[in-house]
Amino acid sequence: MELFSSDNKVDNTKIKVTDAVRDRIPDGLFLACPYCGTQIYNKQLGDYRVCPECNYGFRLQARERLGLFATDFVEFDADLTIDQTDFPGYQGKLDRAKKQTNMNESVLTGSGKIAGEEVDLGIMDSYFMMGSLGSKTGEKITRLFEHATANQLPVVMFTASGGARMQEGINSLMQMAKISGAVATHQEAGLLYLVVLTDPTTGGVTASFAMQGDVTLAEPHALVGFAGARVIESTIHEKLPKDFQRAETLLKNGFVDKIVPRQNMAEMIGKIVSMHKQEVADV
Amino acid sequence: MFDFIKTMFQKDVNPAEIVKKSREDRFMARELINGLVSDFVELHGDRLSSDDSSVIGGIGRLKGRPVTIIAIDKGTDIQDKISKRNGSPEPWGYRKAQRLMKQAAKFNRPIITLINTPGAFPGKDAEAQGQGEAIANSILESMKLTVPMIAIIYGEGGSGGALALATADQIWMFENATYSILSPEGFASILWKDAKRSDEAAAIMGITPSDLLEKHVIDQIIPEGRHHAKIFEGMQDKLDEEFKQMQQMSGEEIVAARRARYRAF
Ligand SMILES: [Zn+2]
Repeated sequence: MELFSSDNKVDNTKIKVTDAVRDRIPDGLFLACPYCGTQIYNKQLGDYRVCPECNYGFRLQARERLGLFATDFVEFDADLTIDQTDFPGYQGKLDRAKKQTNMNESVLTGSGKIAGEEVDLGIMDSYFMMGSLGSKTGEKITRLFEHATANQLPVVMFTASGGARMQEGINSLMQMAKISGAVATHQEAGLLYLVVLTDPTTGGVTASFAMQGDVTLAEPHALVGFAGARVIESTIHEKLPKDFQRAETLLKNGFVDKIVPRQNMAEMIGKIVSMHKQEVADV
Repeated sequence: MFDFIKTMFQKDVNPAEIVKKSREDRFMARELINGLVSDFVELHGDRLSSDDSSVIGGIGRLKGRPVTIIAIDKGTDIQDKISKRNGSPEPWGYRKAQRLMKQAAKFNRPIITLINTPGAFPGKDAEAQGQGEAIANSILESMKLTVPMIAIIYGEGGSGGALALATADQIWMFENATYSILSPEGFASILWKDAKRSDEAAAIMGITPSDLLEKHVIDQIIPEGRHHAKIFEGMQDKLDEEFKQMQQMSGEEIVAARRARYRAF
């Protein structure tokens, strides 16, 4: 277990971030696992918020996930926020999302360490307007890749998104191309891009940077797809099977490298990142 | 004399009307291909699994110069439209396009794409075969192409399914074409839970060529008319001129300029 360094253990300072969120749900409360339906005491989910029956990882806010996986985090562009919100109802939705998630956009970016390995990381937050891809979301992710390229760092990206942000129209679509340009430059520098698909990853995020990694991991039973299940069902007039668009199906079809339970994720990321370091390759 | 439209007066533009026209069979894929290039040789298949008939691709000559041309086709008669899912490509359609784009880069041929799609097909096989991955990598590969690429939206430019073939150096649109993140119907049903309010949605979505030109999402608007041959001739001249200019750049410069174009959004 040498690779599982002490940096990676969940210490008290890290739990503090998650406690603030956790406190809203009483320990005695029963929750149903969204995947297997098992009734679980909130307390039983533990720090990693994982179903003890099926290993499904409950949806996390970005700052909660950060507390579980990373140390030495230095946030980038924390204040970056969209100022053109003339679309009907957009400002109100944005204000609520900011209050709920303690973020200014649907992605948290910065540099830090995972299992002791230095990385640039992005964590999307499905509680921030469904993790939708706004122009500032795209800007933060693009800058993350640019920073990683300039500093010769790998990028670890935890995806969680409902897709495009329709309030921003075509600008949201353009982010898919903008980020892809930065991914291409990072790729050409010979640097590792590791994607962790979390529940749910759909739409324009799936159709861009979520599917452009060198290595693609997924959390158990995470929903990952392009089109929504209801759209598909109404198009083909057919009921979809239960595990359609789940991580296990993507693994079987060849679109995911490995499914990793949340408890083992940091260790696995550390292991993979360490094998892509220049000094390792030189041995 | 053929002139590109530089600006359109807002009062002359009725977004709902443009949405309606963009879905009519004003121009057909094969008519456009044959109108723009001579000696067209169609190339089939993605070399991985299949051949998607909704994506027509191949090589031809534009005013003598070899080019790669790729078009999304909605189909001509009912049967054809059904088999092409009204111009909604499957993942293997995007993978065929990727193959042809990379081939174009190898042989230093400019690329023309012609786009008319309501979006990538939302099907069971499409999902199983990685529709998201197919679009993601069409965009990524487009960002690496060392040859000039011009994308022309001639009907509907539906979301990621259109962007997959429109990550280019220049985007042109026909006067009655649209380009949007989702359909006005989809937009209205999300916003007001009422797909019937699509005309209102169209009005606020900014999906018309003039809106998109203003935002620099597109670069040219192609005027329409009954004399298609005249339109194609004007397009040929402009394509030739632009390719000539871009081919003075090195492959590296072309890639850098393309990435910079999208970096601005
Ligand atoms: Zn469960």
